[in-house]
Amino acid sequence: MGNTLLQYATVLMLSIFVGIEIISKVPSILHTPLMSGSNAIHGVILVGSMLVLGAANTNLEEVLGFLAVLLATLNVVGGFVVTDRMLEMFKAKPKSEKKSDEVTR
Amino acid sequence: MSRETLIDLLYLFSATTFVLALKGLGSPKRARYGNMLAAFGMLVAIVATFFKYVDGHPLRHVGLIFLAMAIGVLIAVPVARFVKMTAMPQLVAIFNGVGGGAASLVSITEYIHIKSTHPATYVILEVLLGVLIGTVSFAGSAIAFAKLQELMTGRPVTYPGQQFLNAIFGLGALALIITILVTGSSSLLWILLALAFVLGVAFVLPIGGADVPVLISLLNAFTGLAVAASGFTLGSNLLIVAGTLVGASGILLTRLMSKAMGRSLTNVLFSAFGSVVTASGDATRADGRSVKSGSPEDVGVLLNYASRVVIIPGYGLAVAQAQHVVRELAEELEKKGIEVFFAIHPVAGRMPGHMNVLLAEANVPYEQLLEMDEANSELQTADVALVVGANDTVNPAASDDKTSPIYGMPIIHADLAENVVFLKRSMRPGFAGIENELLYNPKTTLVFGDAKDTLTKILATVKAG
Repeated sequence: MGNTLLQYATVLMLSIFVGIEIISKVPSILHTPLMSGSNAIHGVILVGSMLVLGAANTNLEEVLGFLAVLLATLNVVGGFVVTDRMLEMFKAKPKSEKKSDEVTR
Repeated sequence: MSRETLIDLLYLFSATTFVLALKGLGSPKRARYGNMLAAFGMLVAIVATFFKYVDGHPLRHVGLIFLAMAIGVLIAVPVARFVKMTAMPQLVAIFNGVGGGAASLVSITEYIHIKSTHPATYVILEVLLGVLIGTVSFAGSAIAFAKLQELMTGRPVTYPGQQFLNAIFGLGALALIITILVTGSSSLLWILLALAFVLGVAFVLPIGGADVPVLISLLNAFTGLAVAASGFTLGSNLLIVAGTLVGASGILLTRLMSKAMGRSLTNVLFSAFGSVVTASGDATRADGRSVKSGSPEDVGVLLNYASRVVIIPGYGLAVAQAQHVVRELAEELEKKGIEVFFAIHPVAGRMPGHMNVLLAEANVPYEQLLEMDEANSELQTADVALVVGANDTVNPAASDDKTSPIYGMPIIHADLAENVVFLKRSMRPGFAGIENELLYNPKTTLVFGDAKDTLTKILATVKAG
């Protein structure tokens, strides 16, 4: 067991605490975008997919790597676009007084 | 600064944007910027990866990488952009599933790549965990998608010996992992892949439609953990950070959801809840009490005389696509000086926060959406509680009847309001399959029919009145 493994384990532990700390403050009205947004973030597997396809030596690795890049792209692009579409809809109430002002003007 | 250090710095930047994005989701105002920031961070990470060296050479097959990405973008953008808002839960499920599939493929490919170098046991363990969790998430999400898209029944699918079989599958996977670690046999990896697939399917089949909010957030956490496992194998801090953040947040959200149902996570996952229907579905009960049904016009008049109305939406609102009409009705009532709130149960619908998104789509300002506790205090002074397509989430049995399967679930107390109106398609019970006492309460009026039609008629009466 090398030092690198220990270093990764440290990153893992700290990320768990950061994850829990941040998420516990999200109000329930934003649970769907939270889920969808974190869904997009695990699309970072695209980076891993690029690395395995970019290192592929055999046909089998190429096929599997190609599929991985394709699936990961679906995840990352779909995830961010869907989340943005949801969040676009969360608008505050337009001030009704202002509205009537505009009409009278 | 060397090339590798620069790339690692860019990765650090990306990881930071992910943390800030999740933090931004804490308020509706900043959430959108947060998401855009994460997307930008992701772009930076992807571009940086093109300049990375693997095994001492620049990335090979760059053409293939671009081709796969192009196909992915061409499919994902139109689907994500134009699929109807009501199909959002299944969309989230499927995008989560493909992520799990990708994580599993990355682990397998990396294993094939390094197996001739006889990797250390802990490296193989990371690979196996990545394959197992990623594939379970992929297969599970596919079944969840099929349930939500109504390609198959939303009720739990059960068969004799189900739990026993699932236990066998789970233990089998565990035994296989140990065997591979001990023998180093790589052909067994393919068997693990197949078994993980079966496990994913078998594990989701008995989970019913109303429990899917819990399931989706759990599968989301699974994909995150699979990504983190791939990160260990590839030696990538970025993948570990991002995967773990998602894993931790997903598990927390899963716990919140099952708490909102008043049930433990094990109960949600393994009890095949909702497979037994005990409600008779009759309009008249054995003790002679019957439901009182009314016309949409009656309800319109009732609403016109109210000064405070609380609307309680459920999955039926999504099914009927009635979110726009209900918003119009709320606006019309407000114009007449009637106070209107929406009371949102945390597990109403088919994904966490489903009702919020649905109503936001219809331009209901989020200040009008009340969380359960707030809603319950408003209901005490409400004249009308208008229940649209909800049932179990307002069933008083959850707090009164110790023998009820939903006993202990926090509910929205529609029964506190002066009058209760249910818009229902039929007398069919809610997902839990049990009788709802509130339907037979003397202050309750039922209006049968499609929620959208009924609401349109109510709206017309309110406008005329």
